[in-house]
Amino acid sequence: MTLTSCLILAAAVMAIGLYGLVTRKQAVAMLLSVELMANAANMVFAAYGHFRGGPSAQVFVLFALAITVAEVAVGLALVMLLYRRHGDTTVDLASEARQ
Amino acid sequence: MNFEFDLGFSIIAPIIVVSALFVVRAKNLIHAVLWLGATLLGTAALYARLNAPFLAGVQVLTYVGGVVTLMIFGVMVTRRHDGIDAEASSEGSERGLIFASAFFVLLSVVTWKTAPSIPNPAPIATSAQLARVLLDYYLIAFEALSLLLLAAIVGAVVLVRRKDPEAVTKLRQGSALPLINEVES
Repeated sequence: MTLTSCLILAAAVMAIGLYGLVTRKQAVAMLLSVELMANAANMVFAAYGHFRGGPSAQVFVLFALAITVAEVAVGLALVMLLYRRHGDTTVDLASEARQ
Repeated sequence: MNFEFDLGFSIIAPIIVVSALFVVRAKNLIHAVLWLGATLLGTAALYARLNAPFLAGVQVLTYVGGVVTLMIFGVMVTRRHDGIDAEASSEGSERGLIFASAFFVLLSVVTWKTAPSIPNPAPIATSAQLARVLLDYYLIAFEALSLLLLAAIVGAVVLVRRKDPEAVTKLRQGSALPLINEVES
């Protein structure tokens, strides 16, 4: 296990998350893809923390974890609003709310 | 650049990648959330392999225990009543595949060209060191983060709160479905 292999693993997870974000139309499924991408970023932090040393990288991962949890809470609230307004959670419906 | 064989990593990495693929390809949304749980557990194992046991514990507690549960709640509350409810759109599928593959190739090439080869891993950061840094050097960021979490939770509650008090009494009487139409009108 080298730093490069960890980084390529994180790149793969990030790309998979991007694929999901582009192809999915359901709001909750897009949130799942965003979770994958945030997880990939955390992997990079942890890998650098392991190979470079020092506790700072792990602290960054903890901060990122907390921010992701906040994002999920607000995101799910928006999904519930969308569902309540339209009876469905397809994100295309949200563009109608601009008028 | 030499790749020495590592049993733990070569078990963990395919688990993470395959379950991540299932997250974005699963037809059923509940299955996608459960595959996300598998991905996050694999990541926790990777953290343990990277000598970050505290991170692994926090990952299992907050992500697998908190976020996945929250997501399942979200899926179940917003589910339509007619069977399968999360299909990947087919028309953008090829474009998404090309886009994501190009992104992966770009990241991999950049990583391959620029990542420094560090032969010996650094000494392990213990939990005591982590706590000291978190509550000393990064104290202000830590407190700001707690404020952010509070603001996010209050914001989420405000967003989903029902404005009219009649709706609550109707909900208690067990007529939750007509509420959707009422809000629309």
